[in-house]
Amino acid sequence: MERAVEGGDQPPIDFHTVSMTYHGATHALDRVSLRVRLGEFVSLVGPSGCGKSTLLRLVAGFERPTAGSVTSPGQALGYVFQDATLLPWRTVLDNVELPGQLLGIAPDERRAQAREALRRVGLASFERHRPAQLSGGMRMRASIARALTLRPRVFLFDEPFGALDEITRERLNEELLSLFVAEPFAGLFVTHSVPESVFLSTRVIVMSARPGRIVADIDVPFPYPRAPELRYQPEFAALAGQVSAALREVSS
Amino acid sequence: MSAQAAPSQRTDLPQQKSPPAATELGPRPTVIRQPRRGAAGRIVAPLLVLAAVLALWSLASHVLLDPDRRFLLPPPGDVLRTGLLDRANLAELLAALWSTIRVALVGLAVAMVLGVALAVLMSQARWVEHSIYPYAIVLQTIPILAVVPLLGFWFGFDFLSRVIVCVLVSLFPMITNTLFGLKSAETGHHDLFTLYGASRWQRLWRLQLPAALPAMITGFKISSGLSVIGAIVADFFFRQGEPGIGRLIDVYRQRLQTEQLMTALLLSSLVGLALFFSFDLWGSHVDKLRRAKGPH
Repeated sequence: MERAVEGGDQPPIDFHTVSMTYHGATHALDRVSLRVRLGEFVSLVGPSGCGKSTLLRLVAGFERPTAGSVTSPGQALGYVFQDATLLPWRTVLDNVELPGQLLGIAPDERRAQAREALRRVGLASFERHRPAQLSGGMRMRASIARALTLRPRVFLFDEPFGALDEITRERLNEELLSLFVAEPFAGLFVTHSVPESVFLSTRVIVMSARPGRIVADIDVPFPYPRAPELRYQPEFAALAGQVSAALREVSS
Repeated sequence: MSAQAAPSQRTDLPQQKSPPAATELGPRPTVIRQPRRGAAGRIVAPLLVLAAVLALWSLASHVLLDPDRRFLLPPPGDVLRTGLLDRANLAELLAALWSTIRVALVGLAVAMVLGVALAVLMSQARWVEHSIYPYAIVLQTIPILAVVPLLGFWFGFDFLSRVIVCVLVSLFPMITNTLFGLKSAETGHHDLFTLYGASRWQRLWRLQLPAALPAMITGFKISSGLSVIGAIVADFFFRQGEPGIGRLIDVYRQRLQTEQLMTALLLSSLVGLALFFSFDLWGSHVDKLRRAKGPH
């Protein structure tokens, strides 16, 4: 099914034959072209070091491509890092307020935005806690809330749930999807987990080992909202098997 | 894990509140427990060492030394009686100590501000770091005894010169620890600030300085002891102006008043200890607030 929301022809994320070489030696990406439209949730899977995270860093503007071009929405994007990257000296609320603070939004307004974001991830009653008082899953929720505050239309996720246990991870997957369904965005999600990629995404992109190239682009046709039980349907298993096979091919 | 070892030591400590019952649904805060096992040990163990040292000391002065040579190492009791319990001696010592404390505190404050300021400058550009750092190391290597007379010639032999000696002695750890701290901010946090277009000032004020606080406190701890030493060394050499502990030490040395000399040593190291532990307390408070636990 077509999930792309009408919003002009320009997709918010657009990689055009992007190549990336670090220090003139490490060839990280090789002519990658990829477009992510609003309402699309695209997962990137591939062997370690295949340049998945580099793609996110290019969109965020942390790096520049050696060749090709990257279209990105600038500051109107949310980035969820591998670690929660909360500032340990700030309370949860102050952490979630950070983006607004850095962008010079008035204190009252950014506080209201931060409270709203915390409510959406179910952390409303923890705003006075410090990161060290939270569990790993709650820290990641706070991190997602921080990315949500400015209501970005583009979300980048760099393996956000990799360090969490299975139960917490599945729960956060479901919560992330409900955020996506409530307010569709363009999502780019890096992960090592095949089931996670299939469960979340409209498309799964499989990348080869360094230099990273796109070797498979697999559509995931399940409609949203997706029930947790979807993970145990035969259609789901078939798609996961397809992604897994593509991965095995590039990993050997 | 420490359950068996703890009960006898816990009686005098406020009871840790039990974590809130997990009746409500959804996530709840994890209560952070401070390890209690070490608390009593931290007080009892050093006291045992003190007792052992006092015992050895008494043994040495009573058994090893002839009575007519006992002034070389008077027993602890005599030191206490002469140095601390004699009103005149004590008044003299405390007056001098107060003068030394003032010099040390002003010197430490200047070193803290100057050290942090220099480290911030050095953190902002490589070329600043490269041009200042060698001279910061020179600070650490110059023989302070040779500089003290020079400072006397230039700035007189009073308060100002003493403060300058203090600053020279205690500045280096402030610079290096702060600089280390400023650079210790995590890459992920820097990325976050880049993402939201943080200015240099925002990055410094909202990320690097808060991240540097624990290292800065370590610097304060080291510098606090050094500043007391600096104040005493300066005082020892500048024989004019208000006498501090350093000058009294010199006088007691000449008069072979070992009891008073040892009391002076004791009091000045107590000042250093008090400063050190104040910063240490602050440091543990900061650590406790920030300590992240392992991933769950």
